Amino acid sequence: MARIAGIDLPKNKRGVIGLTYIFGIGRSTAANILDNCGISQDKKVNEWNDDDLAAIRGYIQENLKTEGELRSEVQLNIKRLMDIGCYRGQRHRKGLPLRGQKTRTNARTRKGKRKTVAGKKKATK
Amino acid sequence: MARSIKKGPFVSIKLMKKVDALNEANKKSVVKTWSRASLILPDFVGHTFAVHNGNKFIPVYVTENMVGHKLGEFAPTRTFKGHNK
Repeated sequence: MARIAGIDLPKNKRGVIGLTYIFGIGRSTAANILDNCGISQDKKVNEWNDDDLAAIRGYIQENLKTEGELRSEVQLNIKRLMDIGCYRGQRHRKGLPLRGQKTRTNARTRKGKRKTVAGKKKATK
Repeated sequence: MARSIKKGPFVSIKLMKKVDALNEANKKSVVKTWSRASLILPDFVGHTFAVHNGNKFIPVYVTENMVGHKLGEFAPTRTFKGHNK
């Protein structure tokens, strides 16, 4: 069982894929980590020995921000935007898209599930 | 797409002059401006700008956190407050 940064990695996947289960590590970062540690990307997670694991852990600890630390940084960035009262901060507060997308339709990712407004007339004819 | 570093940050020349004059005289007074596209520089911290939003001037007090944003970001141009219930 490989446990890195507080996350259990899937045993039966290739190393590059397995590492992406950690928040803050995607495909390219995962490939970088393995190259730097001198481990083949095709090695499955359960084929890593203790030295490999230690090398990966060390590399992540030293060079990368992951999981909780990264999440709190993101939250802090959002909080900063909201505190200074700029346009992006206001959009964060209202739960609307920040980058000038239209909100007449779509924008469901930011707005969440549709809330039907009672008494709204349907177009006749 | 980010602006080329070679050009440096964009600040309206007139606005820059006014702020420089204020800094030199060590005075604080409201600077009226229409230049919403101007970047907020570290020199601007502590000054108050009256930023035009197309209708009237919105007072914006610049703090350290705002450096790197543009003046227009702090003067909303739309007034939508929500639908009536």
